[in-house]
Amino acid sequence: MSDILERVKKIVVEHLDVDADKVTEEASFTDDLGADSLDNVELVMAFEEEFDIEIPDDAAEHIQTVGAAVKFISEKQG
Amino acid sequence: MTDTSFPAGDLLKGKRGLIMGVANKNSIAWGIAQQLAAQGAELAFSYQEALEKRVRGLAESIGQDFLIPADVTNDDEMEACFKTLQARWGTIDFLVHAIAFAGKDELQGSFTHNTTRLGFQRAMDISAFSFVDAAKRASAIMPSKENGGGAMVCLTYLGSERVVPNYNVMGVAKAALEASTRYIARDLGPEGIRVNAISAGPMRTLAMAGISGGKTLMKTGKDWSMLKEDTTMEGVAGAALYLLSDLGKSCTGEVLHVDAGFHAVGVPDISEDE
Repeated sequence: MSDILERVKKIVVEHLDVDADKVTEEASFTDDLGADSLDNVELVMAFEEEFDIEIPDDAAEHIQTVGAAVKFISEKQG
Repeated sequence: MTDTSFPAGDLLKGKRGLIMGVANKNSIAWGIAQQLAAQGAELAFSYQEALEKRVRGLAESIGQDFLIPADVTNDDEMEACFKTLQARWGTIDFLVHAIAFAGKDELQGSFTHNTTRLGFQRAMDISAFSFVDAAKRASAIMPSKENGGGAMVCLTYLGSERVVPNYNVMGVAKAALEASTRYIARDLGPEGIRVNAISAGPMRTLAMAGISGGKTLMKTGKDWSMLKEDTTMEGVAGAALYLLSDLGKSCTGEVLHVDAGFHAVGVPDISEDE
């Protein structure tokens, strides 16, 4: 779990060009980290790539925070 | 994305062209742009307003600063875009068109039931007519045949020729794009302008992210392909370099498949354990 969090954080920091401190589990990609709709699609693609999983559209819509991304990925990899 | 490398050289030294359709670093248009720049081309990038920041960053990373806003559904913006090109460069030698759009709801399930009149029109307008329009405007500022003429390339996909699940209205639009390519090639041939399409295999682009089941498409594209590998950006960009440079002489009205051989497979190899 913590490993997944770190990898997710790394992707978010690189992609959105934000300070690592800001990327908390509660942080919302759109509201707190400044992601636009295209960023959100790209983040989902990056997660898929990094963790070798598929994130369907309806699931992607619910992944709005760092924590939600970690939770989804953890369950997928379970 | 794995690191890609594009061979450097002088094949396009002194040539200038417009790249339409860069959205991010995974864009096919961006791979092509890097390859053309590595061969000495000077590039202009047209972009849809929301994408400016992304396109600017990428363009600057290869030392190109000529950016022009152009929404392909807006006649005034298209007019202004090519006026700007002409004002700065006088002529252009090539055009790359890598733009397509269909609504997410129409890229899944039943083509017959999910395609609306508006959705059909938008897909056709943005994905097919925009090439006809851009070709008309670009040809007007390309050098005469005696002075080298010009070349154009657009991006298409196998879903135009065969049924690909969920590709739906985009397949129909790509069929129109390919047919348009042939008609444009016929019209502009006498002017020394070559017009071709590249049919690329599935790649991890934003366009792919919009298609339901894109990941499966990628995997099938690899497993069933003759080369047993994903389509590479180098392969697609190299094909564009061929078609847009003098290497591509005598080639026009063609749809070149760059998909690891997938398009020609009738029945895939069935592995023993299935």
